[in-house]
Amino acid sequence: MRIENGTIVSHEPMGPDYRVLILKLPELAPLARPGQFVHLRIAQLHDAVLRRPFSIYKAEGSHLSILYKTVGRGTASMQDLRIDDPVNIVGPLGNGFPLDVPDTATPVLVAGGYGVAPLYFLAKRMKRRGVLFIGGAKAIDILLVDDFLELGWEVQVATDDGSLGVKGLVTAPLDAWLQTSLKGARPEFYACGPNGMLKAVGDRAIKGDWKAWLSLDRHMGCGVGACLACVQKVRLNGQETLARVCKDGPIFEARDVIWED
Amino acid sequence: MKPTLDITLAGIRMKNPVMVASGTFGYGPEYAELVDLNKLGAIVVKGISLEPWGGNRTPRMVEVPGGLINAIGLQNPGVKGFTEKYMPFLRNHDIAVIVNIWGKTIEEYTEVAARFDQVEGVHGLEINISCPNVKAGGSSFGTNLDSTAKLVAAVRARTRLPIIPKLAPNVSDIGAFAKVCEDNGADALSLINSFPAMAIDIETRKPVLANVSGGLSGPAIHPIAVKLVFEAAKAVKIPLIALGGITSAKDAIEFMIAGASAVAVGTANFTEPLTSLEVIDGIASYLARHKMKSVQDLVRSIRL
Repeated sequence: MRIENGTIVSHEPMGPDYRVLILKLPELAPLARPGQFVHLRIAQLHDAVLRRPFSIYKAEGSHLSILYKTVGRGTASMQDLRIDDPVNIVGPLGNGFPLDVPDTATPVLVAGGYGVAPLYFLAKRMKRRGVLFIGGAKAIDILLVDDFLELGWEVQVATDDGSLGVKGLVTAPLDAWLQTSLKGARPEFYACGPNGMLKAVGDRAIKGDWKAWLSLDRHMGCGVGACLACVQKVRLNGQETLARVCKDGPIFEARDVIWED
Repeated sequence: MKPTLDITLAGIRMKNPVMVASGTFGYGPEYAELVDLNKLGAIVVKGISLEPWGGNRTPRMVEVPGGLINAIGLQNPGVKGFTEKYMPFLRNHDIAVIVNIWGKTIEEYTEVAARFDQVEGVHGLEINISCPNVKAGGSSFGTNLDSTAKLVAAVRARTRLPIIPKLAPNVSDIGAFAKVCEDNGADALSLINSFPAMAIDIETRKPVLANVSGGLSGPAIHPIAVKLVFEAAKAVKIPLIALGGITSAKDAIEFMIAGASAVAVGTANFTEPLTSLEVIDGIASYLARHKMKSVQDLVRSIRL
């Protein structure tokens, strides 16, 4: 964990609704692992007392990238960030995905919309190739498909309106694949997206006696485990307890999560 | 000559008057990779109760202009859990350790105080009589003069450690509460806790926080806190620890001029974890610029 003043190297749109921010962070970027996040202080947001968390999309050399969508006040004010602007970052934060996929397992990534960003970082760092299932509302919400294909991954797409891939939820192509293409292989799931999707992936993993690593998202305060704003009910050694999503997570194994919402 | 920053507050020696506030800095290790704890005057750890406590449901925090509203609900590992898990770490640092304590009844408060009396490395107890986010205890004590008097006297009787009641801001006469604490054996006072506050999602018409309401902290409350510290300083002689929306040395110096002997950085730890260190440096350069020999010359130095 470091606190570093970075500068913006690039800030480009990715389709109509998303943007990629590349930051120069020589100290922090080399420490980043897939599934971790950074906490960004948005200088433009003068009256804000909280930083904003973003999962890490890429970390290469001294550069670290995030992929974001404008969803609130913080991300709206980030539109104005220009090349060479300073940005203060705390990170990398959180536990990250386990990288050691068992030799006998096939990595299966499940993404809801831009939840695909940390999964791309994971795929880049993983020695094995597998399958990505990505779902979204419309075709414009399906990102990075070509990037995954270039890495040699199989990609299956679902959209709510059927504008790309299968019409429906991402679990539709996932279930079909589990029934027809598994051929004795053991999947190991890695998922990032809305809670409903995470729970659905977790349920399938538990039922099949497979592992599922879920990236949870909760409203955070400090980002380092001090304020206890982002707690999640979990089962640890058979006991119910409250885990801090920012520090003990954001990655949890499906069996440990106790869903209440 | 370099101005001196060290103080002795209620018998607690600190290398400078800058502390980090309860609930905003965890139990020490959380920020230790970013902030050198050995440079701080004191840490006030998150509120501890007799037994582990789970706190409120989520959402527990919401940002508002100039601050945040929190309703964490005092989640904590209890006296035993805290002492075993965090005291070895804290004892390894050159920092005054003040433990914030709370209970649902007077008996729980006094029992917690008595237990910490036996714990090596604890330098003082901040008595949380003002948390707006728990149904029993908390501000139900701190907004009533009789309850405040009884609670402070009862805790006083059970510990030799310096006791520091943390006052609620939402009272009509802060001076009266400060005085009743002083009269019943308080060694110092912390003021102020967060302000009862609420945010509503106008689309769903539901409260944003699961607890319905919470406590407002951050820069938004700073000027109100300055006035309360100024009023309390007129009412008592015991030292005051001021907190409420400090983001810079200027805010801290303002508190000290108004009457505080020490200050605590709270919400700003989330915004900028290095704030407390910047405040220490800023106070030192202010003293040098004003040719003051000691930070103690700042305390209650207001010109009216």
